Amino acid sequence: MGKFIRLKKGFDINLAGKASPKIATIEQPETFAVKPTDFHGIYMPKVVVKEGDSVKAGSVLFHDKKHDEIVFTSPVSGEVVEVKRGEKRKLLEVRVLADKSIEYVQFNKYSISDIANLKREQAQEQLLKSGVWVNIIQRPFGIVASPSEKPKSIFVSGFDSSPLAPDYSILFKGQEQYFQAGIEILKKFGGPIHVNVHSEREIAPVFSQVKGAELNKFSGPHPSGCVGVQIHHIDPINKGDIVWTISPFGVIQIGKLFLNGIYDASKVIAVAGSEVKEPQYYSTYTGVSIKKFLTNNLKQDHVRVISGNVLTGTKIDQEGYVGFFDQLVTVIPEGDYFEFLGWIKPTVNKLSYQRAFGLLSFLTPKKEFVLDSNSRGEPRAFVQTGVFEKVTPIDVLPTYLLKAIIAEDYDEMEALGIYEVIEEDLALCEFVDVSKHNIQSILREGIDLISNS
Amino acid sequence: MKFLRDTLDKAKHNFEKGGKYYKYYYLFEALDTFNYSPNTVTPPTGAQVRDAVDLKRLMMTVVIAMIPCLAFGIYNVGYQHALATGQQMAMGDMVVTGLIKVLPIVIVAYAAGGLVEAAFAVFRKHPINEGYLVTGMLIPLVMPPDVPLWQVAVASIFAVVIAKEAFGGTGMNILNVALTARAFLYFAYPLQISGEVWTYLPEGAQTVAGYSGATPLAIAAQASTDGESVIQALNSFGSGWANDIYGFSNMFFGFMPGSIGETSTLMCLIGALILVVTGVGSWKIIFSVFAGAYGMASFLNLVAVNEFMAMPAHYHLVIGGLAFGAVFMATDPVTAVQTEAGKWVYGLLIGILTVLIRVFNPAYPEGIMLAILFMNVMAPLIDYVVVNANKKRRLRRATI
Repeated sequence: MGKFIRLKKGFDINLAGKASPKIATIEQPETFAVKPTDFHGIYMPKVVVKEGDSVKAGSVLFHDKKHDEIVFTSPVSGEVVEVKRGEKRKLLEVRVLADKSIEYVQFNKYSISDIANLKREQAQEQLLKSGVWVNIIQRPFGIVASPSEKPKSIFVSGFDSSPLAPDYSILFKGQEQYFQAGIEILKKFGGPIHVNVHSEREIAPVFSQVKGAELNKFSGPHPSGCVGVQIHHIDPINKGDIVWTISPFGVIQIGKLFLNGIYDASKVIAVAGSEVKEPQYYSTYTGVSIKKFLTNNLKQDHVRVISGNVLTGTKIDQEGYVGFFDQLVTVIPEGDYFEFLGWIKPTVNKLSYQRAFGLLSFLTPKKEFVLDSNSRGEPRAFVQTGVFEKVTPIDVLPTYLLKAIIAEDYDEMEALGIYEVIEEDLALCEFVDVSKHNIQSILREGIDLISNS
Repeated sequence: MKFLRDTLDKAKHNFEKGGKYYKYYYLFEALDTFNYSPNTVTPPTGAQVRDAVDLKRLMMTVVIAMIPCLAFGIYNVGYQHALATGQQMAMGDMVVTGLIKVLPIVIVAYAAGGLVEAAFAVFRKHPINEGYLVTGMLIPLVMPPDVPLWQVAVASIFAVVIAKEAFGGTGMNILNVALTARAFLYFAYPLQISGEVWTYLPEGAQTVAGYSGATPLAIAAQASTDGESVIQALNSFGSGWANDIYGFSNMFFGFMPGSIGETSTLMCLIGALILVVTGVGSWKIIFSVFAGAYGMASFLNLVAVNEFMAMPAHYHLVIGGLAFGAVFMATDPVTAVQTEAGKWVYGLLIGILTVLIRVFNPAYPEGIMLAILFMNVMAPLIDYVVVNANKKRRLRRATI
């Protein structure tokens, strides 16, 4: 039996434009892309395809220069149309023009009983070769897992508490056997596997029927769905510990790799947000171009398209590509406008966790807000105290950790718990911060410093 | 309003890098952002939406919380003036008298400190900090009504330069800026800020028979030296011209001489309510200052060997600046402790020290000022202990 953990601290951001629970059919977009920038801990990706090459789903596009065995593979079959680079020739994305029907690279196929007898080394080899491996994220630091390390435990968050989060029972409908197979494979790598669900929400069947994993229940507002928060309360990371985290999609992709012998990148994504005419779900593949989903589906043109949720996501073009780990695209209004006396005018339409003069959103907790990308003020020194702690349901002092990072004090960072957090765990601090620090960037700088030291 | 925006936009290039007034960029920025919240957007990664709160609004909330104290203070200056001179004055006249006295002090405090703030913004190239919105209002409220304006200016300038800008501006200062201004006056001009300054009396004004401008703290200290009961001394004070002026409920409402904004415990409590409901001020600090003062005073009652020690504990909560200090000074987030557990300790110690200073060091009857300044300095030490406990929990977990 798993644990039950009651969390109180945190804040649910209630946004307008929730995806309605149906999966729409739409003609598949033509291009897909894999972006090395979606992954941390990759040292100089090396591209092994040229523009014009044809690839299958599961063919290697690029690999990590330091660890040749960590490869990134194509989600679909087709032709490599562009290798896009940015400043200093940094690889930004590899785009593939998809065939009408997908051809797969064939990997070894196993029956359920074969999987039980499979050795860890064989499983690891197939995971690496197929590119499914990069779904496995290693804590501390939130980097692609190192194949030479063994985790003390493996965590799967079975719910998403972030704003406009897609419903996992829709995303993973009918994937029970693949999820189970994925868990069987992961078990070979050691450690107990923890699948965490929310006590007050409907538990998606893929999780409720799982065998061989601890099913823990959490309650409370966001960030209760962040896997880092869950790890802290179940099996906290100390110096020298390695914990793996993997999304339910990643577990299912592992299951499909072994049961079907293919790199299956098909996934359901939600396109939501206040500026989307018909927010709903679509069935597509990893790294899809967002263009087709937005054409004639936007209420206005001046929007910000975000791959992921509004707290941790990444801004993409209206013709950009959905990130590797994302199953949500959020579209909100761009906020580049001046507002007369905006700093003091009372308002009921802007969401605030705080209640300073004139911020009345706390009176309507059920209201769905339309938030835009305006930064709502200017950057300042740290002034307010005690608010970060109220939205951080773990025993970490965010202000002190951030100051240690800014001061580049390695010992302090370590002592204050930098091994326990990645960006998403402190994303709410960035939202509520009155001094408008870019807290997630600061945290990543600290993680980069300490992981390279 | 389009006109104003267009004018600002047109002028902007002069103040940007390469423009002829680039030096004054932060002055322009302050003007611009006080008229319009900026059009900046969140970066491409990280939180793409932000809470509607910003530092300007936070600081204005504190200023708004001080308005009851200010309004009552203006009235009370006129009221005390009428009492002391024995004039029959209508309420409106008292308010006008108060305004004539108080408004110049407010304006001088804002202007003097604001100029320093602006000068530092230009020379040190940092944005103008909204913190001065609060400081500029706090300084007048802790000034005696009869303070010369030049002293207000000197104290404001001293406080902003030494207590704030020397450390790097808002967010970096160690001492509460407004209290530094008050402490500066206290030690630099001790004659002018003690004795008969607590009531507005123009030169040559006729006072009523038996008039004295002594404050409750001074009376208590005197009574203690004379071996009289403090309560009796307070109750008999003002008989003939201001009966019962130092009765408990009168002091709670604040109809007594004192610094402009700090006489009324009731108004301070209204301010506290605003701060606590908006979440801007820490209720832990406010509550624990009162609790510390009450607890310490009760303890002194038990072991009393002189009359001041025997003064009932609840009197300590309404005399002097305790309430004002607890609500508006101790809660300053920059100079207070920054950890939640530490806030309890910080507040309690301020309350305890205030009563100790009052009772055992009658040379400085206003204990709260020194207690808060002292605890400002000690705050990092309290935080150090709390943060260390957090680190230890992490370490202990690792070794199990």
